[in-house]
Amino acid sequence: MLETIGCSTIEELFSAQIPSEFLQAEPFGLGGGAPEQQVFAELRNLAARNRSVEEEVSFLGGGFYDHYVPAFIEAITARSEYLTPYTPYQPEVSQGTLQAMFEFQSAICELTALEVANASVYDGASAVAAAAYLAKLERGGGPILVSAGLHPHALQTLRTHARPWGNPVVEVGLDPRSGRTDPDRLAAALQQTAEPVAVVLPQPNFYGVIEDLPSLVDLCRKASKALVVAAVDPLTLGVLAPPGECGVDIAVGEGQPLGGELQFGGPSFGFFAARKELLRRMPGRIAGQTVDREGNRGFVLAFQTREQHIRREKATSNICTAQALNAFAGLLYLAWLGPAGLRELGELLLARGWYARRRLLALPGVHPLYDGPTFREFAVRLDGDLAAVRAHCRAHGYNPGLDLPSLTGRPSDRGGLLVAITERRTKAQIDRLAELIGEATANHCQAPLEAVAG
Amino acid sequence: MPTVFERSRPGRRAFYPPPLEVPPLAAQEVIEPRLLRSKPPRLPELSEPELVRHYVRLSKLNYDLDSGFYPLGSCTMKYNPRLHERLASLPGNARLHPLQDDDAAQGALELMWRLERALCALVGLPAASLQPAAGSQGELAGVLLTRAYHEDRGEHRTKVLIPDTAHGTNPATVAMAGLEVVEVKSNAEGMVDLDDLRAKADREVACLMLTNPNTLGIFDRQIAQIAEIVHGCGATLYYDGANLNAIVGRVRPGEMGFDIVHFNLHKTFTQPHGGGGPGAGPIAVSERLEPYLMVPRVAQDGAGRFYLDYNHPRSIGRLRGFHGNYTTFVRAYAYIRSLGEEGLRDVSATAVLNANYLLARLRELGVDRYLPLAYGRLCMHEFVLSGGPLKRELKVKTLDLAKRLLDFGFHPPTVYFPLIVEEALMVEPTETETKETLDAFAEAIAAVIREAIEDPQLLTTAPHTTPVKRLDEVRAVRQPILRDQAKEG
Amino acid sequence: MTTTAADRYPADLLYHPEHDWARLEGEHATLGITWYAQDTLGEVVFYEPPKVGTEVRQGEVYAEVESVKAVAEVFAPLSGQIVEVNEELRERPELINEDPYGQGWLVRIKVADPAEREALLDANAYQALVEGG
Repeated sequence: MLETIGCSTIEELFSAQIPSEFLQAEPFGLGGGAPEQQVFAELRNLAARNRSVEEEVSFLGGGFYDHYVPAFIEAITARSEYLTPYTPYQPEVSQGTLQAMFEFQSAICELTALEVANASVYDGASAVAAAAYLAKLERGGGPILVSAGLHPHALQTLRTHARPWGNPVVEVGLDPRSGRTDPDRLAAALQQTAEPVAVVLPQPNFYGVIEDLPSLVDLCRKASKALVVAAVDPLTLGVLAPPGECGVDIAVGEGQPLGGELQFGGPSFGFFAARKELLRRMPGRIAGQTVDREGNRGFVLAFQTREQHIRREKATSNICTAQALNAFAGLLYLAWLGPAGLRELGELLLARGWYARRRLLALPGVHPLYDGPTFREFAVRLDGDLAAVRAHCRAHGYNPGLDLPSLTGRPSDRGGLLVAITERRTKAQIDRLAELIGEATANHCQAPLEAVAG
Repeated sequence: MPTVFERSRPGRRAFYPPPLEVPPLAAQEVIEPRLLRSKPPRLPELSEPELVRHYVRLSKLNYDLDSGFYPLGSCTMKYNPRLHERLASLPGNARLHPLQDDDAAQGALELMWRLERALCALVGLPAASLQPAAGSQGELAGVLLTRAYHEDRGEHRTKVLIPDTAHGTNPATVAMAGLEVVEVKSNAEGMVDLDDLRAKADREVACLMLTNPNTLGIFDRQIAQIAEIVHGCGATLYYDGANLNAIVGRVRPGEMGFDIVHFNLHKTFTQPHGGGGPGAGPIAVSERLEPYLMVPRVAQDGAGRFYLDYNHPRSIGRLRGFHGNYTTFVRAYAYIRSLGEEGLRDVSATAVLNANYLLARLRELGVDRYLPLAYGRLCMHEFVLSGGPLKRELKVKTLDLAKRLLDFGFHPPTVYFPLIVEEALMVEPTETETKETLDAFAEAIAAVIREAIEDPQLLTTAPHTTPVKRLDEVRAVRQPILRDQAKEG
Repeated sequence: MTTTAADRYPADLLYHPEHDWARLEGEHATLGITWYAQDTLGEVVFYEPPKVGTEVRQGEVYAEVESVKAVAEVFAPLSGQIVEVNEELRERPELINEDPYGQGWLVRIKVADPAEREALLDANAYQALVEGG
């Protein structure tokens, strides 16, 4: 090979092109390699030092949930044909990927009752930022209003992205009793801010509370021309009215509950759907149906002129590699559930969620943080030492849920525990959780927390 | 091939809910009825065997890297070791909740720590963040860090310099970061035009974004002078790590003067491409940018325990939810651990050897008469040919050549990028291809050129043997159908 | 569609080097993109006309034309105010390809400064620019 090239050593290929002062002679300190068996053993030992949801009964939620992922999904997504190709730039040999994207888009449109959807963005939090960027491109530099019930990571992500745009991010508080986005505060904010470009509303919100989305959207429409964005939990949409029917412009959300493993937070995917008028502003890849020279149906990447490889600085986003395989798993999961399954699973989550909520609230020393209706997640406030209660549960193999203030930093969340239910949390496990929390609050009961001003 | 919606039949199902166990609850008992869904979504109704058959059949319409050569320039389509899939699916990795307490995620945190240290060592920079979800997000992080750095020093800089060879994500990222793109020209050798750079490097410039080797596959030898000019006007220097495969284990961008490097874990570090992701875009930064890195950071306390550290008041905040695409870290770390430093040096050696051999072989076969190398004589890990002579003399475009290559059983190289090369064809073989494969590919290109001379219609109407023929992309936009149209049964 | 040089570079028009044309009609001018521009761009799939009343300036971008693979900026050969736009192109952008100098016209302006025509090329000069050197 070197002969064909006309060099005598490989080193020559480098020294002919790179100044010698940059070619490293000294080792970097990375150490030697190892054969497969050894690497497997080392990394397996590392993994063994993580407590997964196989090793504890987990009530952790906060956007990622321990759902059951059906076995057939991995059998499909592990196939070379889906796992190893790249973005379908040559559509004639990528119909598998492109049709899967098209089917995914269709499923998301059905789920959200909106007209167009893209083939994925990175995750739920960055999907919110992407929606806000669309609003900025459409409407200009005005404020972005967000419910304080939005997931804190989505809020933080939005702030980081929006800082250089110049659009102020304005938080609208929750009703201190119900935990829903406060319509009066929203109305006031809409009145006080000049030309807001977007309003971002969760459904359900981070505290698990179900919002009155249609009324909030109505309020927005009467008071402004802002684009209304809903950040939704996809597995509630078999029971709750879809965002498209509530009148929103854009619906986004975290896709992990749809066939995704927890994976310590990633990779997952974000979904993004909108009214068809917003198509040309949408970020991400979009697959479109067409025909080939012989009249056969096929699929291609469509509206690429929105994207970075053509539009460059005028692109609707900078997305290149997205989350195609994770979105594909999401499609497989939705196809597995079907319309009946989506509803049945939703109803099961609702019933078990309320059972858990009622059992825990019946315990002395356990109070609702908010009393609004919840779905598959709810927040309680514990008298006494929250850390001690959690430690007690964990010592017995149960993770009771999220220490709220550790994520939100809000004084109003002090003593708050966010408890999530999935179909893997059985009645027996919920009963045991109640038992453990009951024990812990009895043992560690101290003077009740001072009432926190609304 | 029907869509899954077209295969749907009412009443078929794959999912069966587990027994309720708790008292049944009608939604309207606890939720206002007007908030409830009245019409179910039109999702497909199939049994599991039908689902599996549909998606297995669909898979066979894809060309993939495991099946054949995939020389997409700029994408580094190298073999994805299956050990990595086994490791990623260990329950300790796949079933670990992101909000698990730090003390119960020590394995994960340590793996992230080790990966950060390895990436830092590879590029010669002191600090890193694994958070960005893809290369584009890594770029955004780099530009936002640069902004924060300048603002912290009371300087308001509005411009970012980008070479005319840059990948489209670079200017798109700059726009998202609220800054202005200023293009820097390339010279006749395909490297940065230093005079143009000097003229444009003023105190309004926040950053220069560079890929080295660049998208032409050429190492810009002037890098020391470029760094001097850029640092001289107070700007930061950003390294787009898309082409790291050419220099891994041999050259450290930190020592060339770069302040920020991003890595595409789905390129050099074997995360499978997945049909368009997931990937990951970690960054490493110089000391002056370290305070602004995203939170949370992986830290180690005095007792050797790892934890997520949010206590960095000058941080730009977070760019996405949770901590990053963790299982891609597992794969990347396994790769680094498997190869070690020697192995990584082999990677760049073989990548550069393969690219130069393929280029030389194409010359031997006379391909360069119609597809000459756009710049230079040698290349790094990829090279760019120009189809200009092909178009002018044989009236055949790079696109037609690419479509005909499909009939020969190869995925074509990247076409029409970079923009400064007429009818560009960008070829990156990677190091996991054998000489036999490279020879076969070179011969296929030569054969297609012969066809272009003798029977150009074969190219302009190609492909002929693929699952679908050439697709009408205009129609997809003129008559958009972006979701399934099957009507209710 | 085979075209002659006369088809591609009509003699009665003035040309801007960025591949735009102007047809002077008294105080007004009709503007569009040239045969060469649409040929390079490929099949046009999208064009959104600017608003009537917009001021355009010689040499500055006032619109964009999109094909599947590219977006082309449209430069104003002359300065003026837009008095009419070709609304038909919203539904039938392919007219820009089929008849770039006729039904594919983009906007009509009231010319601000007739002297600006001195900066433009005639058909021969423009043809030389496109085909020569």
